[in-house]
Amino acid sequence: MSTVMHSQPRPAADPLVIAGVEYQSRLLVGTGKYRDLEETRAATEASGAEIVTVAIRRTNIGQNPDEPSLLDVISTDRYTLLPNTAGCYTAEDAVRTCRLARELLDGHDLVKLEVLGDETTLFPDIVQTMQATETLVRDGFKIMVYTNDDPIIAKRFEDMGCVAVMPLAAPIGSGLGIRNPYNILTIVENASVPILVDAGVGTASDAAIAMELGCDGVLMNTAIAGARDPVLMASAMKKAIEAGREAFRAGRIPRKRFASASSPIDGTFF
Amino acid sequence: MHIILNGSLREVPDNLTAGDLIVELGLIDKRLAVEVNQQIVPRSSLASHPIKPDDKIEIVQAIGGG
Repeated sequence: MSTVMHSQPRPAADPLVIAGVEYQSRLLVGTGKYRDLEETRAATEASGAEIVTVAIRRTNIGQNPDEPSLLDVISTDRYTLLPNTAGCYTAEDAVRTCRLARELLDGHDLVKLEVLGDETTLFPDIVQTMQATETLVRDGFKIMVYTNDDPIIAKRFEDMGCVAVMPLAAPIGSGLGIRNPYNILTIVENASVPILVDAGVGTASDAAIAMELGCDGVLMNTAIAGARDPVLMASAMKKAIEAGREAFRAGRIPRKRFASASSPIDGTFF
Repeated sequence: MHIILNGSLREVPDNLTAGDLIVELGLIDKRLAVEVNQQIVPRSSLASHPIKPDDKIEIVQAIGGG
């Protein structure tokens, strides 16, 4: 008697490695703009993300001390928190924010550095971002840096010691998708640290395109939190990231102008 | 004495430590970080760090952000 072996193809391990730590999920999510903490919790869980960004802000003095806070629903036991420097327009403010974050998170030194240049575009101020990078690298921080989609600048940040470089796809919160895929591709091809698209994703196909270009991951917030159903969109993004990554690894067919039949001509009886 | 706490003027008792201030604000056991005059006061030193008049104190926490 022969046994039919059903061999389930097992996906090869394909972890995202940032600063020597392996992650199974290539989707990183923010925790801003949600209706409430329960929605934050549910969407974050549905996204499958392991790295979750948080902002550092003044404690609301005089608020009910029993009121739940973000870290009650986004536990540091379960998630790797990635404090950001959102809202900083100078290197000095960004460095100060990172140091406070490290104290807050008991020495955790992985940070998302962003130093903004202008309120309308929220584009990065590269000069200030580089100044902050120099100080923070010296201070022992592991920096995932938000930058523009300039391949030369992306390489500079890598050379300065950033553990990941995160070019924008489009302005933060714009949902415009990947506006300059060729630049993203060039950045990916030149890189020896992980490249993650950060900002600008609008829907699942945008995330898939980023992954098909060879990006190591995507960081998003508004595309999920601003969707009509954030939890469902979080699930869609999880799948898009996985599908895009698998398609990248599988290697797409070349584009051709004309058709090529899928069924053989040999053996036709008509 | 007066201090500037999170950007607002506040009257607090004299001879206060940073740790006392956290207790007085009902923030004990909360995940937060404290800066006095732009210098971080590590959690382990809060109880021994004296607050002086006109100190600028920031108490921060993690909130939702992208």
